[in-house]
Amino acid sequence: MTYLTKPKFHHPALPANKLGFTRRDYEASTSTLCAGCGHDSISAAIIEACFELSIEPHRVAKISGIGCSSKTPDYFLGQSHGFNSAHGRMPSVLTGANLANRDLIYLGVSGDGDSASIGFGQFSHAMRRGVNMTYIVENNGVYGLTKGQFSATADRGSKSKKGVLNSDSSIDLVAIALQLGASFVARSFSGDKGQLVPLIKAAIQHQGAAFIDVISPCIAFNNHAGSTKSFDYVREHNEAVNALDIMLGRAAITVDYEPGKVVTVQQHDGTSLRLRKLNNDYDPTDRLAAQNFLQRFAAKGEVVTGLLYIDPDADDLHASLNTAATPLNQLNAKELCPGQSALEKLNASLR
Amino acid sequence: MPIEAVNDFVIRFANVNGSGSASANEMFARAIIRMGVTVAPRNVFPSNIQGLPTWYEIRVSGKGYLGARGGTDFMIAMNPQTFNADVASIEPDGYLLYDNTRALPPGKMRTDINVIGVPLTAICNKEYTDPRQRQLFKNIICLGVLIELFGMDFAEVEKLISEQYRGKDKLIPPNVHALHLGKDWAKANLKPIGLRIKRSNDVGDKILLEGNAAAALGAVYGGATVCGWYPITPSSSLAEAFAAYCKKFRHDPETGEAKYAIVQAEDELASIGMVIGAAWNGARSFTATSGPGISLMQEFLGLAYFAEIPAVVFDVQRAGPSTGMPTRTQQCDIMVCAYASHGDTKHALLIPEDPAETFDFAADAFDFADRLQTPVFVMIDLDIGMNHRLCRPLTWDDKRQYDRGKVLSREELDRATDFGRYMDVDGDGIAYRTYPGTHPEKGVFFTRGTSHDNRARYSEAGASYVEGMQRLLRKLDTAKEFLPKPLRKDAAKGTRYGVIYYGSTSPAMHEAAETLAANGHHLNTLRIRAFPFHQDVASFIADHDFVFVVEQNRDAQMRSLIVNELGIDPVRLVPILHYDGTPITARFISAAIGDRLDKLKVTPMRKVASS
Repeated sequence: MTYLTKPKFHHPALPANKLGFTRRDYEASTSTLCAGCGHDSISAAIIEACFELSIEPHRVAKISGIGCSSKTPDYFLGQSHGFNSAHGRMPSVLTGANLANRDLIYLGVSGDGDSASIGFGQFSHAMRRGVNMTYIVENNGVYGLTKGQFSATADRGSKSKKGVLNSDSSIDLVAIALQLGASFVARSFSGDKGQLVPLIKAAIQHQGAAFIDVISPCIAFNNHAGSTKSFDYVREHNEAVNALDIMLGRAAITVDYEPGKVVTVQQHDGTSLRLRKLNNDYDPTDRLAAQNFLQRFAAKGEVVTGLLYIDPDADDLHASLNTAATPLNQLNAKELCPGQSALEKLNASLR
Repeated sequence: MPIEAVNDFVIRFANVNGSGSASANEMFARAIIRMGVTVAPRNVFPSNIQGLPTWYEIRVSGKGYLGARGGTDFMIAMNPQTFNADVASIEPDGYLLYDNTRALPPGKMRTDINVIGVPLTAICNKEYTDPRQRQLFKNIICLGVLIELFGMDFAEVEKLISEQYRGKDKLIPPNVHALHLGKDWAKANLKPIGLRIKRSNDVGDKILLEGNAAAALGAVYGGATVCGWYPITPSSSLAEAFAAYCKKFRHDPETGEAKYAIVQAEDELASIGMVIGAAWNGARSFTATSGPGISLMQEFLGLAYFAEIPAVVFDVQRAGPSTGMPTRTQQCDIMVCAYASHGDTKHALLIPEDPAETFDFAADAFDFADRLQTPVFVMIDLDIGMNHRLCRPLTWDDKRQYDRGKVLSREELDRATDFGRYMDVDGDGIAYRTYPGTHPEKGVFFTRGTSHDNRARYSEAGASYVEGMQRLLRKLDTAKEFLPKPLRKDAAKGTRYGVIYYGSTSPAMHEAAETLAANGHHLNTLRIRAFPFHQDVASFIADHDFVFVVEQNRDAQMRSLIVNELGIDPVRLVPILHYDGTPITARFISAAIGDRLDKLKVTPMRKVASS
């Protein structure tokens, strides 16, 4: 971490997006994480994604739990309201916030301890309900702030920095999210910005529960030989299924991908996703096939990354509840209160 | 000599859970109300769906008493499983009605009660062949018998039946027929008894309503739009009533769109998490739960207190600790709510006495939570929540607007020169907040449960932590002035003794105060309606030598809270505690206080010395 405050001024030639914002407008406080932490790369990817999508920063609500990963919302989108809530409870807080105002973009940031251990239940149920959000787990397989204990995503047989072997089976949040009905499921690696940024952009565009598991090595406690969440291990065992481009609106973009290897997924909000297929067996719109594929490669010790599943026609919780188009937090007494005359009728029926 | 009384006795039905008795019993209670006579019905039921014993008690009170009285004057014993105990519980010279289709084993019956045998099963079996009909109509036939025995107005019951089955009109004639079967049999075979229900005029415009339904309606009127909840007895019917009232009142007539969102969460942690998330984002939100749920919500309640997020929590209290007695009433969560969560915390409690006040406080709770930017608990209990209670009609002022507290709009932010989320600009401890998404450049802040300075920045500096914690205390001081004030009622004669009580103890306490006064024990009373305590609570105690604190828990929780918060010498607060899970009775209170006051009636020392 650095103790220097980041200066506000920037180079006049910094590129601006459609709203006239530069990347600097999407930054926030200086990170207090360890220098070289994978989480900071993810924050940078979020900044890049929001910049490229020309999102108004104040229309994003960033919500997290507790842990190293959950601290990061303080380090990106300084003009967005943030809520660093309770350990493992980001999903419920985000669900409530989303119910209150369906018009904002909800960014949930969590870690593997936060989502796979203490908050495993909340993680699961938010997926089941189809809350419209981008749920990012910054997954390092370890408890950093408490100095190096295994988390529930640590692979069986992997070794801690102190040399202890993990004898418990690991939880693969991607597999769980797929099983529980998340309508956008991806995995990426904090060290692969080229893959991660388009995935975050696509997840933000997705109108349903979008989950991205980002393997993010902990350089302090989980980057040693014997770890399966180290930079070296992930680079060697990364099996990317596709590379992603996202197209907003209906603007045509020419792509020079090799014919036969590009899949276009049209989402019902008008965005389309172009996937350059790296693995010919892979169909990202087939949930069952995705589950099989994932398990097959996991058995071989490979970490599958890319957009693993997408339901282009996904609905969200508001659709299930048939909530009004006007956000609930903008309704006033006139719209919400039935008034004295209704009460009089009710009184009469209770005599 | 059989008990003789007009409009003043207790009837108790002993039934088997799930036998269809509940609706017939309730109809009987309503029929009495239609005759202009006050009744206080109470369900006594097990944590069970079918098969275990359940009781329904109707206190008929021409004097308008709504508390449980204790004792049974007329028992309808329909449950063989509890028959002996039920018979044993009848007051001497009271009445027993039982199904004598099968003869009782000899030597079992008490000789000091009046036994009325009615061959209900035989009448039923003669009339019906379908087992389900036999079961259901038996309850209605029994109702017919009771109407005859108590000399009630048959037309009122017929009218009730037709109202109850409106829309399912085919059901009306068979029910009326069953009613006649019972009435005619009773007329032909039974002698009049000493208990009568006589038409009167003491109900007025009162309504019969359950507290949970009243709370739910209060939430609708108070503008709640988000409800996260998890099923738990005795609060489930509150969330379900909210869903039902929303269905009725909160759908756009044209589009059908819902102006509310209800999520049945995976547990109480998620329920309160959703409430806090929604309230942080500017929607009025609440959860309904009971003691075990409150235990689970502790961490989040501390977060809402420290990060200053409004939240409304309805606690329908039941007997604890642990799973305790899920279907029995207590006032045992006072402490755990007042000081919910780890660290130094303090929360606002609203404590209504009946469904009508529950409606008012439920709606007000959302204003208070927004004004104070903190959790507000509405403390009711099973006795209020799950029983029909006669109460004043509900009213609403159509001019009323919701008080959203200190929330800066986009325009206000445009004009503002400075914004700090936790700055005490007005000196009342309440800072200004903004909803997410309000303004592109101004009013943004980062909410956290970690310590923060007055601009919501992470800080472990002792001074800014202390400043924040002191401001939270000032905020709760501000609350004392606008939370519902305690209500004082002075005795007809001057007295040195007072009583403090709250919540569902109210009707029993009113009655007990009359009984005690009739015995020469005059008491001034104070009903606490909110925490933190208003100055009037301290003044009331200062005005008396001793103050009895009547409550329904083992550990005298309200008394402890008073001692702790107001620095009162504990010796001056005499606990009167009832905590067996049944509603407190006037008999209990007047006996407990009467005993103590009798003991105090020794000649004062100074009189002896001066003589």
